[in-house]
Amino acid sequence: MIPKDPMIPEIPMTMESPMTMPATPDAALREKITIRDLKFYYGTSLALKGISLPLYDRKVTAFIGPSGCGKSTLLRVLNRMYDLYPGQHAEGEVLFDGANVLAPDQDRNLLRSRIGMVFQKPTPFPMSIYDNIAFGIRLYEHLPKAEMDGRVETALRRAAIWNEVKDKLGSSGLGLSGGQQQRLCIARTVAIKPEVILFDEPCSALDPISTAKIEELIDELSSDYTIAIVTHNMQQAARVSSQTAFMYLGELVEFGVTSQMFTAPSDKRTQDYITGRFG
Amino acid sequence: MSYYPARRRSNNLWMSLSVAAAGFGLLWLVLILATLLFKGFAGLSLAVFTEMTPPPGSAGGLLNPIAGSIIMTVIGVVIGTPIGMLAGTYMAEYGRTSKLTLVVRFINDILLSAPSIVIGLFVYTVMVAQMGHFSGLAGAVSLAILVIPVVVRTTEDMLNLVPNTLREAGAALGMPRSLVIRHIAYKAASAGLVTGVLLAIARVSGETAPLLFTSLNNQFWSTNLNAPMASLPVVIFQFALSPYKDWQALAWTGALIITFSVLTLSIMARLIVAKGKTR
Repeated sequence: MIPKDPMIPEIPMTMESPMTMPATPDAALREKITIRDLKFYYGTSLALKGISLPLYDRKVTAFIGPSGCGKSTLLRVLNRMYDLYPGQHAEGEVLFDGANVLAPDQDRNLLRSRIGMVFQKPTPFPMSIYDNIAFGIRLYEHLPKAEMDGRVETALRRAAIWNEVKDKLGSSGLGLSGGQQQRLCIARTVAIKPEVILFDEPCSALDPISTAKIEELIDELSSDYTIAIVTHNMQQAARVSSQTAFMYLGELVEFGVTSQMFTAPSDKRTQDYITGRFG
Repeated sequence: MSYYPARRRSNNLWMSLSVAAAGFGLLWLVLILATLLFKGFAGLSLAVFTEMTPPPGSAGGLLNPIAGSIIMTVIGVVIGTPIGMLAGTYMAEYGRTSKLTLVVRFINDILLSAPSIVIGLFVYTVMVAQMGHFSGLAGAVSLAILVIPVVVRTTEDMLNLVPNTLREAGAALGMPRSLVIRHIAYKAASAGLVTGVLLAIARVSGETAPLLFTSLNNQFWSTNLNAPMASLPVVIFQFALSPYKDWQALAWTGALIITFSVLTLSIMARLIVAKGKTR
């Protein structure tokens, strides 16, 4: 389904070969996650009809498309979130640093510690701001108090919320505003040092100022993390991502460099969607 | 527009009927409380809480039935709550779609509405008849059987109210299911779970029928679980039916104590829920 796009260089499949790549700015692209012929079923209904695309290391990939096209479903396959629900299953391959995430013996909790997720609705845990962050860290590391304090602070700073909460770390995370809660959730996710972060419409419940803050944050995080973001907001996709995937009715219509996609899409449907003719 | 006056009249009519019905219901509660206060308050004295039940014609109090009621209720709740919570947790967290849940829920609903005298007869058959004598332990077990369905029901209902997004957020950090339940679902539902237990206590602390067949009664101070034990409801039953004025007065006082304890528990339960909501 991926149209041949001259702007996307051939992707090196191993780590040794990047030096042979042409000297474009994208020369260092490495596939962190490779999705191959992914099919997804809700019961018997086919929601993803054979998707293949890469997520590049330390790049932001945006997923756009009308509601019900399978963007969120795709995201939920990557950390096997769908496993929580009986009757849902995936076929195909999702290679994460070369290992198939969909393999039956994949340790899901370990996988989710490496692929973090931020949801549409802010989901702070019913505990203090400090514990919201520390709880995730405690799952993996046993740290002395001072070191834990440091980790919590780093995570909160990273999510650009430290200054707003540093004086009330002991109060409930539920008392924060929607935008603050979402940044708390991002802090919670980065605190356990994942390699990939999945954002599932992270700004759809937020006001424009909070949205701007989160976008800025995603931009900063992309220097250290591989990021996938599902969004209904075209401008947001254009602003934050370097690659964009347009999906429609469970298929990947077009995947390419964001600037290219928004100025000269190669598929008619992409153009119609981007210009607001449907969706 | 022509329907408007008619609709208004109809609205007013039904509104007044609803208010009248609510008032009618409340009237009886007020009357019961007023009667209890009027008849029982006079008998309220320090002796009620420090002396044993007297033979007819002499002074005494309700210390042994008060203690017996507390002992049996506490043991009943201690036995019944964990069983009920675990069953409710299974139904809401692990077996949401399983057949076993449907069966357990159906049986639990029957148990919830089963006449308590049947429970008393059951425990009489399996415990009292086997042991050869009435005992406080048998009383506590019959109360536990009454606690279980209440706690199962509230636990399942309250956990079902916890949004799935919160469980997903926990899972997204790589938290195993058991931790998500213990540290997130229970915490989010804590107010409701506590209310369930308090309601169960309120329910069993006034039960007479099952205790008549199990713990019977005891005129004297006894904390021996292997012997008959006094309880407020049974003492009220015995004293209220007696021809002796002083016993009847003590029965009124006992009824007052039970009613206000239950009322206090219910109000506490409401306050905890209200506090949980605003937090």
